[in-house]
Amino acid sequence: MDKVLGQSVPRLEDPPLITGRGRFAADINFPHQLHMRVVRSPHAHAEIRSIDTQEALALPGIHGVWTASDIPDIGPVDLRADRAAEVLKPYRQPVLAKGRVRYVGDPVAAVFAEDPYLAEDGAELVAVDYAELPAIVSVDDPLGEFAPGVGTEVAIIPYSYGDTEAAFAAAHAVVELDLLTGRHSGVPMETRGAIGRYDAAKDILELHGAAKVLHRNKETLIRMLGRKPSGLHLYESHVGGGFGIRGEVYPEDVLVLAAAQRFGRPVKWIEDRHEHLMCANQGRQQHHWARMAVDAEGRILAMEDTFHHDQGAYIRTHGVVVPNLTMCLFTGLYRVPAYRARAHVRLTNKTPCATYRAPGRYEASFVRERLMDAAAAKLGMDPIEIRRRNLITKAEMPYTIAFDEPEAKDGEIDSGDYALLLDKTLAHVGWDSLGPELARRRAQGELVGAGIGMFLEEGGLGPSDGARIAVDTEGDVEVITGGASLGQGFETSMAQICAEALGVDYRRIRVIHGQTDRIPYGIGAHAARTTVMTGNAVHATALAVRAKALDVASEILQTPGDELVIADGTVTRRGRATGPSITLGEIAAFLAPASKNRGAHAPGLNAEEFFNTTETVFPYGIHFAVVRIDEETGHVAVERFVVAYDVGRAVNPMLVEGQLVGGCIQGLGGALYEEFAYDPHGQPLAVTFADYLMPTAAEVPDVEVLLTEDAPSPHNPLGIKSAGEGGINGVGAAIAGAIDAAISTPGAVTQLPVSPQRMRELLRDRQA
Amino acid sequence: MTRKHDITLTINGHDHAITVDARRTLADAIRDQCGQTGTHIGCEHGVCGSCTLLLDGVPVRSCLIFAVQCVGVAIRTVEGLAQGDELHPLQRSFIEHHALQCGFCTPGFLMLAVGILENEPNISDADLRAALSSNLCRCTGYANIVKAVRAAADELRAGP
Ligand code: FES
Ligand code: FES
Repeated sequence: MDKVLGQSVPRLEDPPLITGRGRFAADINFPHQLHMRVVRSPHAHAEIRSIDTQEALALPGIHGVWTASDIPDIGPVDLRADRAAEVLKPYRQPVLAKGRVRYVGDPVAAVFAEDPYLAEDGAELVAVDYAELPAIVSVDDPLGEFAPGVGTEVAIIPYSYGDTEAAFAAAHAVVELDLLTGRHSGVPMETRGAIGRYDAAKDILELHGAAKVLHRNKETLIRMLGRKPSGLHLYESHVGGGFGIRGEVYPEDVLVLAAAQRFGRPVKWIEDRHEHLMCANQGRQQHHWARMAVDAEGRILAMEDTFHHDQGAYIRTHGVVVPNLTMCLFTGLYRVPAYRARAHVRLTNKTPCATYRAPGRYEASFVRERLMDAAAAKLGMDPIEIRRRNLITKAEMPYTIAFDEPEAKDGEIDSGDYALLLDKTLAHVGWDSLGPELARRRAQGELVGAGIGMFLEEGGLGPSDGARIAVDTEGDVEVITGGASLGQGFETSMAQICAEALGVDYRRIRVIHGQTDRIPYGIGAHAARTTVMTGNAVHATALAVRAKALDVASEILQTPGDELVIADGTVTRRGRATGPSITLGEIAAFLAPASKNRGAHAPGLNAEEFFNTTETVFPYGIHFAVVRIDEETGHVAVERFVVAYDVGRAVNPMLVEGQLVGGCIQGLGGALYEEFAYDPHGQPLAVTFADYLMPTAAEVPDVEVLLTEDAPSPHNPLGIKSAGEGGINGVGAAIAGAIDAAISTPGAVTQLPVSPQRMRELLRDRQA
Repeated sequence: MTRKHDITLTINGHDHAITVDARRTLADAIRDQCGQTGTHIGCEHGVCGSCTLLLDGVPVRSCLIFAVQCVGVAIRTVEGLAQGDELHPLQRSFIEHHALQCGFCTPGFLMLAVGILENEPNISDADLRAALSSNLCRCTGYANIVKAVRAAADELRAGP
């Protein structure tokens, strides 16, 4: 097989998906299963006075109805072990509300029935008597009490270094902004689903429809349900998109498991879209007050940011990771001598929040890049020039951002040539002629303009991930990983890495993921770490299998190992197409446990290796947008969008581009259309696809991807960085800059999304 | 309790005799009672298009129609596209153009595209994009879907 790593080979995932033979959560059925329907709060904040389940229970086909009192031994949905600070624990979400509901959609009761239609009928008959309470709807509202003595401000988190006070005092100029990012979410096309099953013969409780971080979720569920580690397993099948929000532990996962065990029957729950838009994790909603000090040449002296983070009604599995992510790379690609940030994590009576693709980063990039644009305007400088002047240079790499706070993790930037990427981006768009061309069009009355957003990402957080590889006697390869697939082409990427290292056709490799009973550890698919961690684990393991194969082959072929090569699954002498050879399948047969020839070799052509690292990788990118605004309707047409991104090394450029384009369009949704709005009583206003407006083929530009490999990571043998979030990170920032430029009003955009209504307000303000 | 109806659905040329409530949607009946789970359900209110299939050659959202309304109608789903191991040109084109990531929206897009191209083989680029904008995809950003359908349209028009 020729080189396969770095090639845009077709995906292994496609054949079943393209023929309707995928297996998504709703496609999984077990004999004799029950169907669950959740009764949810219609109020943003209320006391539960009583719940009457009699009428529902009397309905034929209803098997049971649970309220909180039916599961007294099950605690609230737990935080992941590494996120479980004591102060957060009081804010966890009960599996079923106990005495109080805190957002519209909060689970109150669960109905179990023979058929999903009957379960819905039953749910409608559960009568709950509520006494409404005042709701906190805005994150800027006065603080309230979550419980007696427990306030709604969960934490105030500081990140800082350097002397910001002195820097602001000595500044040539200071810009100050008040900015809002809207509430969005990943909204995968497949809703959530969970099927619990208890296998009494093996005493194993099974969760099907699981996703993303199965091993961690297993730990959480074991703690919550009091199972032994060997007595509960999670199984991932096809997953219809994740984007950070799918695959966390939610109340429904716990309910189907508990019910499956108690009823002795499989229990299936499939979320409907209405529920999804009220109950799955949301994110992004922050209110920032940011300022920046610069000298007369536009060099940054200090940045400061205080923000309110709208956490929604509870602290979910992630704890407070999102506000941390907002702050830790806030300074982006720039050299910032002093920095001070404060996050106020506050609860509101709205859907709980957690990570959504580029969590915290999209928000931070919007704020930081707005500051850069504002400083450029204030100094009368070109927005691109002021950025260039402040870029951390290649010569400064590795570059450390060290915080004063001991609990704040320092940023140890591994590599990067930011100025080079900026040059390439400007050359790609033809800025020398595009800039004047846009100015000419503006002079003729068109509302067109360009904006730019530059950003830093972090991925590949360790500490460790493993893989197991076995070659069978046919020469087919099985790679077992603890990774997860949310549609990003994980199987293909891992097969390519294994194929390259081992010397087999990638199409003969079966990649296992998301099965906790196949491998006891796994990092899953989150925080853009899968390709880096699992990829390098697969690489190390494939090399170990290769070494084993060559060891045996050298014995059989009577040739020193270093004169042998493996290609297309066959070991031959280097440079000799003909002559003695042996296939990997034959070596596997030679190594079979009962093989007479095996001698002192350990049985089986297989290996297990780990990739360990304490370092992270820092991919980076530049987003460049050109927009044209319709003065009448406020419609913002995106004429061009360029995603320039240094991925270190691309395993499969086609897949990386796919991730970048898809992420970019999600980012455009968040910048221009999507918003989970609430009325003053905390009633959600976007609970259908008619209200939560995601981009369709009609709105999207043909995103241009400029993929570079100028800064491979020195921290892993493959040099790879992560790509999942590079398409979305800077979109809000670039669109905001472009809109400002189009209407020749620096600083006009202070809020995302810039919906057509808001755009029209901006146009009106401009005329006034 | 709603009255049960004995009906026969004809899916990809095969008859399925099932018993349904009047209120059972076509999407649910096909998936749960006929075992054809390639047709997906993404919203159940007619917006996302994941459930798109062909009724007598016309793309329809199967979440918005009841199974009892579909007796005597030729239903075509994604499972019927390939002829044995021979993929439909649209299926091949989707693979070649990386027009799917998670693949959840894919059956709906394929059936929508089949309907479009069978009814309007010479469709313009602008009309094609407009027609494809009736379905949602959250992974790909659409560009590759549009490219894949365009390429398949050209191939189909050129003939074998
Ligand atoms: S499921 Fe039918 S249109 Fe969304
Ligand atoms: S490929 Fe995932 S929704 Fe379209």
